Amino acid sequence: MYLQFAWRNIWRNTRRTTVILVAVIIGIWSMILLGALMRGIAEGMIKNGISTLTGHLQIHHKGYRSDPAIEHSITDPQVVEHALNKVLPSGALWASRVRVNAVASNARHSSGVTMVGIEPSSEANVSFIGAAVYQGRYLTQQDQNGILVGEALLDKFETKIGRKLVLMSQDTKGEIASRAFRILGVFRAEMEATEKQFVFVTRKASQIMLQLDTGISEVSVMLPGKPDNPNAISELKAALPQDQFEVHSWRELLPFQTAYLRILDGFIWIWYLVVFVAMGFGIVNTTLMAVFERIREFGLLKALGMKPWWILREVLTESFLLLVTGMIIGNILAFLSIYILSRIGIDLSAFAAGAEYAGMSRIIYPAIEVKDIIMANGVVMLLGLLVSAYPATKAARFIPVKALAHT
Amino acid sequence: MSIDVKMAWRNIWRNPRRTILTICAIAFSSLLLVFMLSFQFGSYETMINTSVKIQSGHLQVQAEDYQDKKTIRLVVPNPAAVGKILEKIPHVQAYTFRGQAFSLVSSKDRTYGAVVTGIDPIREIQVSRLKKLIRQGSFLAESDSDQALVGKLLARNLRLELGDELTLLGQGRDGSIAATVVTVKGIYSSGIDEFDRSAIQIPLKTFQNVYTMDDAVHEVVIIGKSLSDIAEIKHSIELNLSTLDPQKPLKTLDWEELMPGLRQGIEMDLVSGMIFYFLLILVVAFSILNTFLMAIFERTREFGVLMAIGTAPARLTKVLLIESMTMTMIGIFAGILMGSMITLYFQTHGIDFSGASELLSQFGISGRMHPKLSVLSAVSGPLAVFMITFFAALYPALKVRRMRPVEAMRAV
Repeated sequence: MYLQFAWRNIWRNTRRTTVILVAVIIGIWSMILLGALMRGIAEGMIKNGISTLTGHLQIHHKGYRSDPAIEHSITDPQVVEHALNKVLPSGALWASRVRVNAVASNARHSSGVTMVGIEPSSEANVSFIGAAVYQGRYLTQQDQNGILVGEALLDKFETKIGRKLVLMSQDTKGEIASRAFRILGVFRAEMEATEKQFVFVTRKASQIMLQLDTGISEVSVMLPGKPDNPNAISELKAALPQDQFEVHSWRELLPFQTAYLRILDGFIWIWYLVVFVAMGFGIVNTTLMAVFERIREFGLLKALGMKPWWILREVLTESFLLLVTGMIIGNILAFLSIYILSRIGIDLSAFAAGAEYAGMSRIIYPAIEVKDIIMANGVVMLLGLLVSAYPATKAARFIPVKALAHT
Repeated sequence: MSIDVKMAWRNIWRNPRRTILTICAIAFSSLLLVFMLSFQFGSYETMINTSVKIQSGHLQVQAEDYQDKKTIRLVVPNPAAVGKILEKIPHVQAYTFRGQAFSLVSSKDRTYGAVVTGIDPIREIQVSRLKKLIRQGSFLAESDSDQALVGKLLARNLRLELGDELTLLGQGRDGSIAATVVTVKGIYSSGIDEFDRSAIQIPLKTFQNVYTMDDAVHEVVIIGKSLSDIAEIKHSIELNLSTLDPQKPLKTLDWEELMPGLRQGIEMDLVSGMIFYFLLILVVAFSILNTFLMAIFERTREFGVLMAIGTAPARLTKVLLIESMTMTMIGIFAGILMGSMITLYFQTHGIDFSGASELLSQFGISGRMHPKLSVLSAVSGPLAVFMITFFAALYPALKVRRMRPVEAMRAV
């Protein structure tokens, strides 16, 4: 009954209602849209970080993380393989790699790089490199002298496919080992820094060059489903000898991205509050005016015996209905715009170097997170009712005789 | 005071509650914009200044193509002549010379590739913050020859301590092998990981001997008196350089060309800031439009009476616009005033961001951020608010003109 009452009251003044509705709709729409964009940036950043040779978790020899040198290699990878087979859920993929700092040089240039020795078939499932070669071809098990380089490195070295590139690094004996490779393929990556930093050879070739035997530097694991799986990490830790191995999640491996995620929630909250305050002034003002406009009506209701509490409830119900209607339309609009944006993406290529500087991907796809949506709607509803309480108490306090005399 | 203004002023205060709420909305958005813009500009300036003071300088004179190729052969052959030019340009604060060569760097049991930079110990202090970043040991002195400064991460990777020996192995300018042994004199930490992991500084004289550079250098690094002078300095350097040696053209690059990532990063942040402000102003605009519209609906009868006694519609519009613009101006001035005060407070005290220091140090920002109030940051946001409220006010003010006195007077 009184819901109906409130609903009809709202539409008695269509113009006023529409104006408030538009304010609420734009508020909600901008909250959700901007939140989704910020989430999208974070997701792109993390996806990118994980696929750039990080994976969901990594296993190293103890001490490798703080000092990534060749003497901290895993000498018997079978132990790790065994533990992985036993512990990980089915569907998990992993790849083992040799990863050392090296100096790449040709006749004209030299530069510091990271040499990554990979198992071509298993690596393709785990990191970006499997799908990143755009010119030439990917490595195979048999390529003892083949090397993949990034496009940016290729340009910097003024070289091309088929030319030689010499890698120098320190082997297990502490001597400088060097080996000539032939460029087989060129890869592109999201970040130019990645193209400049990594060169890929087969694991076997790197093991021979560094006299590593069957040793490896790290095992990178991709888990099925969500990237976070504390169970898998603790089980792996239990299955591996504590004094020899260390297991890290991507959150530990990517401190930059994790820090960004941590402050992101704060940013989104601040944005919601700011929008709300801007919108809140409008809501209070309009509701207040609506109440004063209906001063005679409230006086009459009171004179007929309506309790102040009922009037308060009546005004709040009207605000509630307005907020709900605005929220529904605002949410629909927000989802629609997010849907469209996530189909086409927001291209930041014009700012490619800037995006890279900030660690972002070149194309942003907005991402919806349920908790943001709930929070945005919650903030608007809760604070919306709170600010309407002020005009509502005003209405409840009208003195019938005075109110009726009001023109 | 004309009668219209007087009328508008009294109208405003006929409903003080509404007026104050509207002014608050305007003041709030102006305040927020002043603070946010100052904050953004402040962080850009910090970012630019740190990067500039650690790495690039405001401007550099290099051989053509050196910036892209970083090849040891592309040199500035006569740095003294360039120095002479720089002495004559008034806005130049300081300048120094650097040589750079990628080399293999070996400690007792480790080898890494790193960029060896030759620096002039005396001049470098005026141009870069390197001396202040030394965490262990001390900065190079003028008399030092086989001494080196090493970044903290590189020192850790190489397992170096103060006083340890370090072998440098690279290629000289003439293609010969360049090798020398230096002792670690200082270890620095800039917070920018990439820099701390890949750089070694040795005295320029030693660098020139080892890499067979003769008197040549790779970069002449210049610091101007302020960021705003850069374009002018660049122009006068270019003018003077052309008289120098037409065979081997030298190029002048400013910090935007030296660090394109930084410039674009700032542009991108500005664009995303704009989206943020645009959405904010849109919400504010609707809030205000709302109030203005409602105010007019409520006063329909009043306008009817005024028109019936002969007030021209144009005059009504004028009074209404004076009303709304007065409210806007009060709000905006209050907003600018409060926003500036808050900004100035944080400008001196800084805002603590130590929770995100890991993130920010990569951009050269330490745990505290200082917003920077400028005329631009104080005025541009409120100006946008002014314009949008003007348009918001225009609609109802024009709507009044279409009212018919008789109908209007009957309205409730």
